[in-house]
Amino acid sequence: MAKVLVVTSGKGGVGKTTSTAALGAALAQSGQNVVVVDFDVGLRNLDLVMGAERRVVFDLINVVQGVAKLPQALIRDKRLENLWLLPASQTRDKDALTDEGVGRVIAELRSRFDWILCDSPAGIERGATLAMRYADEAVIVTNPEVSSVRDSDRIIGMLDSKTVRAERGERVEKHVLISRYDPARAARGEMLTIDDILEILATPLLGIIPESQEVLKASNVGTPVTLNNAESAPARAYIDASRRLMGEEVAMVVPAERKGFMDRLLGRRAA
Amino acid sequence: MNVRADPTRQLVRLRGRSYVAFVFSPVVPIVEWLAEIDATLARSPGYFVGKPIVLDLASVDLSSAAISHLLGSLNERNIRVLGIEGVDEERLGANMPPLLTGGRACVITRSEPVQKAEPEAKPKPNSLLLESPVRSGQSIVFMEGDVTVLGSVGSGAEIVAGGSIHIYGTLRGRAMAGVNGNSNARIYCQRIEAELLAIDGYYQTAEEIDISLRNRPAQAWLEGDTMKITPLN
Repeated sequence: MAKVLVVTSGKGGVGKTTSTAALGAALAQSGQNVVVVDFDVGLRNLDLVMGAERRVVFDLINVVQGVAKLPQALIRDKRLENLWLLPASQTRDKDALTDEGVGRVIAELRSRFDWILCDSPAGIERGATLAMRYADEAVIVTNPEVSSVRDSDRIIGMLDSKTVRAERGERVEKHVLISRYDPARAARGEMLTIDDILEILATPLLGIIPESQEVLKASNVGTPVTLNNAESAPARAYIDASRRLMGEEVAMVVPAERKGFMDRLLGRRAA
Repeated sequence: MNVRADPTRQLVRLRGRSYVAFVFSPVVPIVEWLAEIDATLARSPGYFVGKPIVLDLASVDLSSAAISHLLGSLNERNIRVLGIEGVDEERLGANMPPLLTGGRACVITRSEPVQKAEPEAKPKPNSLLLESPVRSGQSIVFMEGDVTVLGSVGSGAEIVAGGSIHIYGTLRGRAMAGVNGNSNARIYCQRIEAELLAIDGYYQTAEEIDISLRNRPAQAWLEGDTMKITPLN
């Protein structure tokens, strides 16, 4: 049965789009039929991270408004044939989305795919509420900082009240994905600890993505990090997270500071 | 001058009034038709009690004696007949209900005996229990009494209660107790990291709360005009 999963956070810049692309690609790699949907109308990015920006003809707004048919707007990934993108419009704004129209598009996507990953815009306004509206599950992307955690708390409250599932008295299954986790700063006590975050959010953990240059490198070449370098630390963390989404039990790895031999010898800390 | 008081004359006033009557149309054999009536009565005894009943004899040809016998049979079942339709007037005896004409068909709305409403509405609950965490941005307002939260209250969330507030998690948001002017209200929490505590309008912000209390179980109450916050246990 198709699952609609919203990737959301409240705060901007925490890694929603990166995570959507990476999780989508990881799910597709394990054989699932996946579509990633960009809800960030007006500030779209997912097409860039997926490397499909030059193939966008029709977008989500066109489909919602009935200008284009869904198959015309779907873009197949060049690397994985069971990974698709439904891009957002850059020229419109979020008011162009209607509840009824989004519901229709999601229902049509449900009949075609196993996973529908909705990349939510930042904020708590129309775009974000419509992205989560029809979700069955939610990944809340959080950085280990107080501002991000508080915004995530707010978003969790909205997932519990503003979604179709919540209104029917059902639950949206929620997962916390901690991104940009810096083991060195964590060791120095400069970040919220994993335990603090989970205690505040009272929501199960999906994975911990270490801060890494690999993420930047991958998005600059327009490839989800899980496809660009599957052996890198963030890619492995995303792949583990995608397996947990599919219901597998995977041991949680807390990224640790890796010290070179010389560093240890000199008692130096990696910056 | 001759004053004469006319006796006030009582006028006989005739008013029209219409009622909806049940029409019985007996068919031959009458015995089986009566058995049908009995079956209805067995299902809901008293269904015809107090209802006006009209007997329509158009579809049967009964003699005066037969009509009399039928009326008697209905009488035994506590069914009183208001009038009779569809029969020659001469067949009706003096002690029988009168002949009716000009009836119009209408739909009978069955008024089932209504279930008696609850004798009285339950008194409104004077406490509110929240089993899930209260998230940032949520505002819980309960003027009728106490609020109990089993989870935590997030930073940027607020609880407003007419009575006391009990939080069995961490209080990171705002808690306002006794807002109706109840100065006896208190705030209890398992861990205090509150942004603001208020009781009956007297408040303390995070900055004013003694740092040594942080992350400990605590309670807040009013002593005169000052708010006291002390560790629990």
